[in-house]
Amino acid sequence: MEKERHVLVVFPHPDDEAFGVSGTIASYTQNGTPVTYACLTLGEMGRNMGNPPFATRESLPHIRKKELQDAANILGITDLRMLGYRDKTVEFENEKVLASHMGAIIKDVNPSLVITFYPGYSVHPDHDACGAAVIRAVKEMPAENRPKVHCVAFSHNCEEEIGQADIVNHVAAYADQKLAAIKAHVSQTQLMVSQTAINLKNQDPEVIARFHYERFWSYPF
Amino acid sequence: MEPVIFEQVQKEIDRLAKKDVYIHLETTNGAYASHFDKTFFSSGAYIRNALLQYEHGKITGKGPYRVGLKMSFGWVYAEGITHFEIDEQGHLLLAGHDFEGKLAVALQLSETPF
Repeated sequence: MEKERHVLVVFPHPDDEAFGVSGTIASYTQNGTPVTYACLTLGEMGRNMGNPPFATRESLPHIRKKELQDAANILGITDLRMLGYRDKTVEFENEKVLASHMGAIIKDVNPSLVITFYPGYSVHPDHDACGAAVIRAVKEMPAENRPKVHCVAFSHNCEEEIGQADIVNHVAAYADQKLAAIKAHVSQTQLMVSQTAINLKNQDPEVIARFHYERFWSYPF
Repeated sequence: MEPVIFEQVQKEIDRLAKKDVYIHLETTNGAYASHFDKTFFSSGAYIRNALLQYEHGKITGKGPYRVGLKMSFGWVYAEGITHFEIDEQGHLLLAGHDFEGKLAVALQLSETPF
């Protein structure tokens, strides 16, 4: 992995950072690269409430905020910014205003690398809208000042349309931190996490591939 | 939350009748339903802090339950209610969780905005 001055991660939901990129985040922070995580919402509209349900629609954001802070601590993120948007409404925000908010954060953090979702290839409408706002903000910067942007994509058609990921980070060394970060989002992951842990222990090749390698597409400006 | 106690929910619905109440009403199958199953038609609806008054309301069924509120010019309705809670702010929270425990429907009533 290339050495970075500062990495800015922008995703809409607490736990978006844990699944696809937490190994990459951990490798940066352990090597002394500061990582800022700007998280747009508190996942207020999540469907996992515990079983039996320990969360309600009203208590879920408070619970997820704490989980997000725990995950950030585990990953060594020292600058966590919760931006106050509401889950499942990001795509309905004014696009220009949202992009300028992203632009202000990029200007303030001055990262050499931004990690976000690939607009159009990230399944959840909030993911696509978040990625689109970040891309728009970076596009509006003079070319010589732009940070690199690495995007996460996972729609069924992504490889067909944008090709293979050009950046694949081997993050096996950070597997423990990654699992801990996923576990920190207790309300959302308690049902799947025990199975993941078992699959890892049994060296399930598919789970290992997903867990040990994190894939990104460099955004072509 | 705890499984619906019919009488207690009915009592709360009665208490809030003929008052200005804020409503949260939501149905959801999750944003990933069609991603995981291409044959699944994803749909949902959501309204938060609609201000209204109802003349009377009822919880019915044998569980999962249905809740209907009759207004002078219309109705509010939710199906699949399994759990309830009266939280610290006095909100009446009703929710329906599917067989995996995931939230599928929510109907919430409050005298102050959510």
